[in-house]
Amino acid sequence: MFEAILITIATAATPLLLASMGELVVERSGVLNLGVEGMMIMGAVTGFGVAAMTGSAWLGVFAAAIVGTLFSLLFGFLTLTLVTNQVATGLSLTLLGLGLSSMIGESFVGRAGVRLGALDIPYLTEIPYIGRLIFGQDPLCYISLLLTAGVSWFLFRTRAGLTLRSVGDNHSSAHALGIPVIRIRYLAVMFGGACAGLAGAYLSLVYVPQWVENMTAGRGWIALALVVFASWRPWRVLAGAYLFGAVTIGQLHAQALGYGIPPQLLSSLPYLATIIVLVLISRNRRLTMMNTPASLGRPFVPDR
Amino acid sequence: MRIELVKRPQQSVLFSVLSPFIALALTLIAGALLFLLLGKDPVNTLYVFFIEPLRETWSLHELAVKAAPLILIAIGLSVCFLSNNWNIGAEGQFIIGAMAGSILPVMFPDFQSWIVLPLMLLMGIAGGAAYAAVPAVLKVRFNTNEILTSLMLVYVAQLFLDWMVRGPWRNPEGFNFPETRSFHEYAILPEIWSASGRAHWGFIFGLVAALALWFMMTKTLRGFEIKVLGQSPRAGRFAGFSQGRIVFFAFLLSGALAGLAGLSEVSGAIGQLRPVISPGYGFTAIIVAFLGRLNPLGVVAAGLVLALTYLGGEAAQISVGLSDKVVRVFQGMILFFVLAGDTFIHYRIRFVSAPAAAAGEASRANV
Repeated sequence: MFEAILITIATAATPLLLASMGELVVERSGVLNLGVEGMMIMGAVTGFGVAAMTGSAWLGVFAAAIVGTLFSLLFGFLTLTLVTNQVATGLSLTLLGLGLSSMIGESFVGRAGVRLGALDIPYLTEIPYIGRLIFGQDPLCYISLLLTAGVSWFLFRTRAGLTLRSVGDNHSSAHALGIPVIRIRYLAVMFGGACAGLAGAYLSLVYVPQWVENMTAGRGWIALALVVFASWRPWRVLAGAYLFGAVTIGQLHAQALGYGIPPQLLSSLPYLATIIVLVLISRNRRLTMMNTPASLGRPFVPDR
Repeated sequence: MRIELVKRPQQSVLFSVLSPFIALALTLIAGALLFLLLGKDPVNTLYVFFIEPLRETWSLHELAVKAAPLILIAIGLSVCFLSNNWNIGAEGQFIIGAMAGSILPVMFPDFQSWIVLPLMLLMGIAGGAAYAAVPAVLKVRFNTNEILTSLMLVYVAQLFLDWMVRGPWRNPEGFNFPETRSFHEYAILPEIWSASGRAHWGFIFGLVAALALWFMMTKTLRGFEIKVLGQSPRAGRFAGFSQGRIVFFAFLLSGALAGLAGLSEVSGAIGQLRPVISPGYGFTAIIVAFLGRLNPLGVVAAGLVLALTYLGGEAAQISVGLSDKVVRVFQGMILFFVLAGDTFIHYRIRFVSAPAAAAGEASRANV
């Protein structure tokens, strides 16, 4: 029972981890993309549709990442090339994504989906207690963990990562040094889109292998909050995502057990937890000031 | 080829007037393509979508019913956005306002007097404002990002409404349907001109609020304060304007108007509480605010346009068999085009072909 709960926590945490890891890179480059929810839901509908049509869950995953990237390019073109307001543009990406996905997915409602199966390594997965936990998760779960390590290594151990962070901290200086600010931001935004697409595909191919309108249910926004909560550090995002996974699964179990607490109030727990966590982390102004990428959300027009 | 932006010495007056219209034109073109893609005759569908709803009196009334909440919410939001406060939780404030105002007719159905409706309006306004005060307090007191908190509170409000309507507030004589009892006659917001259609006083509230806020923004110190703090917090502080006070003002104002919108909707259009009382008015109002260029009077026009998309969507569903989901795609596209159009107000766009750019760099290097 306990083991099963731990496994499901990973399932609830993985989509959050994927989406926030992408957004973390985007924000480190100085761009605030509030369209995570929109890119995620587009990934979810694409992943479901492609997998259902081709019968291959992996093709669905792949297509979702591509559509997430394309969708993020829309945001990139507006905010980076046309220097529109990032907050408003991100919002419009979310609104458009929610609308577009419900239109595309209308015929998918109620259709059986394809599930991306869990890993099954002979012998290892059968180890009692920890076998399924460590060796029996779905592949995307492992990918999300690798991604965390990869992003952490990239940002803090490579030259390219340093360049990306410098763009996010002071785009004018970076530009003066000859760093292609806009190009780097485009790449970061695209990476964020691909990750959000993957996160969406995870929802419609692993978490619940079906298509439900608005199935992201605010996870894109929680992912955004996680980046703030983690003060833009990859490993803290991982911790945050699993914490939220635990809250989500915990309230689901509490609903199943009853306790006489109305299910709607339990369902609102992850959202309330997000608020509480944000308050706790941001009340320390110095900590926030120190970690926030200094150019976050600021428009950049190179002076020629 | 590359796109370069050249800053205009001054804002282009031409484009600041034209940009909403350009955005609408582009949306129509993109919409026609979308209809073509969905296998519908684009011209006919556009006609059904945008002209047909305007041809009959009753549907003009429906337009006012849909526009009322959009206008009320969006004028509050435009003041909020101008002051650089991002309240995107209007949907939640709408719901809480509606619920607060519904306390009287739902819990005290025997209390029937002319005073009920004015009390409900006040409670709706107070409910919306109180709910909006939460992100404002958190922002001022704890430096918490208001975008995320106000949005999270939308989900909380939706779940809270769902619970109340299915649980404590369910109509005892309602055969277990998830809805409250119907409001009694004293709790109903009257129709403006009931002989010809359903339009209720919410629309009038919207117009009055738009005029009042237009006056505030253009003629009073408070309006100036909001604009200064929105554009340059530093300059605002030098002028002695308090950032925190404006955060509260902007949130309470937009929350109050969203609450009034919610109460007007349940009391004027629905007549009871249901698990879902809004087709996303609080989010669509964000689009309305931007399409109206954050100007209260512009918002009235933009509110009518967005209300038309709701009506057109219904009409197209019935007569052309188009999915009603298209409406939200349309609305999303409008916002995109509006934002892109705003670029032309501040910048001139120059297309640079790659060889020319290289030549330019070379010549600059020689200098």
